[in-house]
Amino acid sequence: MAIAPEEIQVSPGLFGRVIDGGRRFFDGDIFYAFKKSPLTIAAFVVTVLMFAIALSAHWLAPFDTMNLSSLNLMDARLPPIGWQFNDGGMMVDPDPRFLLGTDEQGRDLLSAMMFGLQISLEVGFASVILAAVFGTLLGLVSGYAGGRVDSFIMRVADVQLTFPAILIALLIDGATRTMMDPDTHQAFKLPILILAIAASQWVNFARTVRGSTLVEKNKEYVQAARVIGIRPSLIMIRHVLPNVLGPVLVIATLSLAIAILTEATLSFLGVGVPATEPSLGTLIRLGQNVLFSGMWWLTIYPSLVLVILVLAVNLLGDWLRDALNPRLR
Amino acid sequence: MADAAVAQAARSGTDDVRPLVRVEGLAKHFDVSPPWLTRVLRHEDRTLVRAVDGVSFDIPAGRTFSLVGESGCGKSTVARLVVGLYNPTAGEVEFDGVSMANLKSRREMAPIRKRLQMIFQDPYASLNPRWRVADIVAEPLRAHGLMTDRRAIQKRVGELLELVRLSARDGEKFPHEFSGGQRQRISIARALASNPEFLVCDEPTSALDVSVQAQILNLMKDLQRELGLTYLFISHDLAVVYHISDYVGVMYLGRLVEWGTARDIFRRPQHPYTRMLLDAIPDLEMSGRQRIPVAGEVPSPIHPPSGCHFHPRCPFANERCKAEEPKAIATPAGGKVRCHAIEEGRLTEEVVQHALGRD
Repeated sequence: MAIAPEEIQVSPGLFGRVIDGGRRFFDGDIFYAFKKSPLTIAAFVVTVLMFAIALSAHWLAPFDTMNLSSLNLMDARLPPIGWQFNDGGMMVDPDPRFLLGTDEQGRDLLSAMMFGLQISLEVGFASVILAAVFGTLLGLVSGYAGGRVDSFIMRVADVQLTFPAILIALLIDGATRTMMDPDTHQAFKLPILILAIAASQWVNFARTVRGSTLVEKNKEYVQAARVIGIRPSLIMIRHVLPNVLGPVLVIATLSLAIAILTEATLSFLGVGVPATEPSLGTLIRLGQNVLFSGMWWLTIYPSLVLVILVLAVNLLGDWLRDALNPRLR
Repeated sequence: MADAAVAQAARSGTDDVRPLVRVEGLAKHFDVSPPWLTRVLRHEDRTLVRAVDGVSFDIPAGRTFSLVGESGCGKSTVARLVVGLYNPTAGEVEFDGVSMANLKSRREMAPIRKRLQMIFQDPYASLNPRWRVADIVAEPLRAHGLMTDRRAIQKRVGELLELVRLSARDGEKFPHEFSGGQRQRISIARALASNPEFLVCDEPTSALDVSVQAQILNLMKDLQRELGLTYLFISHDLAVVYHISDYVGVMYLGRLVEWGTARDIFRRPQHPYTRMLLDAIPDLEMSGRQRIPVAGEVPSPIHPPSGCHFHPRCPFANERCKAEEPKAIATPAGGKVRCHAIEEGRLTEEVVQHALGRD
């Protein structure tokens, strides 16, 4: 039967496809698995809340802690609401303006934490995205090309794996500190930090993607594309990549938690973010200097936020891994 | 019409139709050796799997040539060599007078790529699960730049889907929404998109159930008649091969042991291995008769037997079969066979009947 051109259904445009994809998502297994897990919903809500607070810190924060001129030493060492602080024999009452108290310079802890969260997430996301892009590409090339290219990339990955992120960060930080003048060094601290964390994480992406690529490249649809005569680079990107992205999403989520923690660790050690942009880790480090003088809140609250954030992201990642694993469904 | 031509070819021993595909001394050895250091430490040599070891045949245009044999005999490797998925270790594949070994770059290959396509065994793995059917079928069109206009591509995809007895509207769906047989049709539609002359079909029906197998085979026969296609058909299912083939080649452990027209191979098999395979076909009318049982297993292609590869399983083998590789000789019907017993005239009907215990 011949078919007239007008009978052929025109494929839906981008908008149609988005709507279509959305409907499939909400009807799909993954959303169902999500609805069935209260813990995951809680983790999701916490994560989204944290992201929202971090993104809108500039509007939400009661004080601009970045602006040094706004600080007043009269407000220093105030305890959180509901607590009293014995400051050298003098009992200090909390100030209603400072919900979670202040530090030694009179900086509002709540605002500082909001900005700190923002920086922590910035560094975490940037490093994970960097690691995911490089790791995925290298894994894809490694798995698809095989042979010497594969051996080379994987041996580099093995070597990389023997260096923990902290060591890499300390190395890069030490090297750049001697090479650059202090101002330039400060300016480059953030990119270097991101690079160091990404360097410690790309291996996970590369290995996983390589493994999936080895499986996919022997499937017949890839061979069909080769018979058609598609360029290897296009086969990798258009055929193999979409089919290996599932695990990448899971690793990215789990890596985000690790990245945030690594950043906090590095900042705690003093090789992390520059002092002008304190992250949660920096806040914890500054707080623990005065922990034994009784100002516990400066350490406890940022630590609590860090733990909750990492836990929530980790739970999300765990759930995603299970939800995308067909064998566990 | 086709039958008459085949009969004619069988009589004269040649086919008047020009060969579209020539395979000459094709060989593929896979290196399965352990890594270099391990080899040095263990004083081992390289280990080669001789998957295909010197296979030659012609496929006349518009005909179907089938390769049959047990699993592991190298028939799928031949298919992949012919379409260029593997590079041959030795020998060459000539397509329409052009040797594919001379076409090094992808650009030189492109004109040939358009003209030969492949249909795969597993319909669940041969379609990218993330692509819409319309995009899958349109891939060759876009890849070869045959069409660029979106509506023209859509129209052509619709026509192709109709050609394989699917609906043009199925293009909007994803592969998982189809059954195995329907997916195989999509595979065929994709293979036909660039108007090829030659299709390599690697066990296209073995993953399907029997009723669907017949549909796909009949579709392939119809398409051959309508579009004048040439097929290289790989299968282990002799009933399927009998249904679709003009010519049959029987492979054993990387070598062709007998080849000729389908009629001759099935009616007057010569080689002991061919006889053994054909005797294994279930047959209602002949139930209860004596058969040559399919004895033993295919030896490993890493260490193939000396001489004629078939001698350990052959009831007629002698010392010469163990030592010397048989040359191809012409059969009375016009086919070719590699067997010392036939060459020496040892394999008379009496001997065969005696081996079957029928005299």
